[in-house]
Amino acid sequence: MSAGTLEMAILDGILTGGVYALMAAGLTLIFGVLDMINIAQGIFVILGAYASYSLEHSFGIGLFEGLIITIPAMFLLGAFIEWAFIRRLGEYNRVSMSILVTYAVTIVIEGVLLLHFGSNYRSLTASYVTQSFHVFGNYLPKIYLYGFLLALASVLVLYFILYKTRLGVSVRAAMDNRFAAQLVGVEVKRVSTLTFAIGVAVTAVGGMVFGAVQPFTPNSSYDLISRLLTIVVLGGLGSVGGALVGALVMVVVEDIISVAWTPTWATLIYFAVLVIVLLLKPQGLFGQREVRAQ
Amino acid sequence: MSLVNPTKSTKRIGLLLAVIVLVAFPLIFNNPTVTTIATYCVMYMAIATAWNSFSGFTGYVSLGHAIFFGTGAYTLSLISTGLNMSGGFPVFALVPVAGIAAGALAIPIGFVALRTKRHTFVVITIAAFFIFQLLAENLGFTKGSEGVTLAPGGFAASDYNNPFYYASAVILILTVFLVWHIKRSRFGLQLFAIRDEESRARSLGVKVDRVKLVSFVLSAIPVGMIGAIWAYFIGQIYPQFAFAASFDVTVALMCFFGGLGTLAGPVFGALVLEALQRYLVLSLTIQNLYLIIYGLLFLAVIVLLPEGVLPSIKKQISKRLLPTGADVSFNSPDSATSGIPQASAANKEPVKEGKAL
Repeated sequence: MSAGTLEMAILDGILTGGVYALMAAGLTLIFGVLDMINIAQGIFVILGAYASYSLEHSFGIGLFEGLIITIPAMFLLGAFIEWAFIRRLGEYNRVSMSILVTYAVTIVIEGVLLLHFGSNYRSLTASYVTQSFHVFGNYLPKIYLYGFLLALASVLVLYFILYKTRLGVSVRAAMDNRFAAQLVGVEVKRVSTLTFAIGVAVTAVGGMVFGAVQPFTPNSSYDLISRLLTIVVLGGLGSVGGALVGALVMVVVEDIISVAWTPTWATLIYFAVLVIVLLLKPQGLFGQREVRAQ
Repeated sequence: MSLVNPTKSTKRIGLLLAVIVLVAFPLIFNNPTVTTIATYCVMYMAIATAWNSFSGFTGYVSLGHAIFFGTGAYTLSLISTGLNMSGGFPVFALVPVAGIAAGALAIPIGFVALRTKRHTFVVITIAAFFIFQLLAENLGFTKGSEGVTLAPGGFAASDYNNPFYYASAVILILTVFLVWHIKRSRFGLQLFAIRDEESRARSLGVKVDRVKLVSFVLSAIPVGMIGAIWAYFIGQIYPQFAFAASFDVTVALMCFFGGLGTLAGPVFGALVLEALQRYLVLSLTIQNLYLIIYGLLFLAVIVLLPEGVLPSIKKQISKRLLPTGADVSFNSPDSATSGIPQASAANKEPVKEGKAL
């Protein structure tokens, strides 16, 4: 191991961890308010990446400028899906049903993407994707830092919405106790739609950075959603702060194991860490004990 | 009324007809394309029935049964290549071994995963699944990503599929028989009690942890055996296909489509969806269009028939036949909106027989 490799691994881990954190924050919000597992979050990220790709290739709109279009578009898509399908789920068998509905949504979107773009790997290109900073004797592509800053800004916006706005109060009330929130006048249905839409909207940002950092195909979503779900569970379901920590733990553990030992077993070690944490602390690192009566 | 609550004799006749169709099918249709689709259908019917006996009965959604499918596939492949078996019928003798391997593996996995609550359980099974996929890719003896190639079956080309079809059919019949037995037993009642309200089941004296683990292990065994037959059938296995990420969700869709937690539902769902999927893949000239059709069909079923196809049809019929006042709502989806899980029709049967928890 050459000098600086470990520092580089940790830095890289923190920067990519930030992007995962953003995507996972959307997922954990959706879980907290709607009490459902959103399998489609992975394909939404990939869809976001393809949206940036199309804007860039067809209209010459840059990655960052394109977000002005893709964020509202993903927001509307999320609102539509909640209104059309998620709202119909009852309390009974909710976990299973939410998995099935969002999986059906996943394969429809995957099918559309495969039909339109085919199954070849694509990647987003821009000057800041290919240019690098020089740190710790290694090269760090600029997009890692820009992506991290963007993800950080988005998470701050999420926090602002959650803790400083009236909607945020409603969202947190609905997370704590849906029924009681309804009693004190929170329009839980509207809050659910908005939460789902916001949770999906962050994938526009996540997808853009994801696509710039690594190549993607419509099939990339399965690996991605598994990682996002483990991050969310590791941090504690429904905890935005937990999602941030969970994402950092995942990426940093994998990067350090890759550098210090072997990339072959890095992912496996992370999953093993996850299983051990959940055995010791079934509610996750920052989850409340028994978030909901289950 | 007979359609709503079939009597014992009509049920028996129906079952007998189903078995006759199952046995006679390859004798009547000998087009290899048709029998290939039929073989996959029978395989998935058995897998869906087994998966449902755990996830459908207890409400714990497992997205890790692909582990047992892959384990079964690798067990048969590695033993048969290790012993230099030259194909033919003797290889099928390894199918029960694969089942035992899958069941044995399910004990530690279930022991660990079932300590968590429902949402976390889903994710732990996913994590376990990835651990095993990575192991298959990276361990020395599994031959990594180059996969394992088995000796060809060596059966007559004209009806090459038949041995695999009948082997799967045997597993299917045994699985359905086992699950039918579970469903009408005290054990089955305990599973439904866990699904409806676990803490109450525990307080009523159900040994919740043990019951869940036994159910988990029992559901893993048929999946492992089908995995073994599948490996022999396709002749060459790779980690990402033996341990496929979409395996469990596909099976869950089949169970839901037919009716989660029922006996006939998963069989029906697997038959329809697997046949449809294979047919669409073969007949559509545009690649991947089948994914869209399949997904949209699914969303339509969820919106229009939220309980799955068979239970919804059954309810429609009983509504027609008993227009007023009769109690037809015992397994109504309204329990969904009211937030109070009701015992479904399925778990009322044993109660009538006077069995207690």
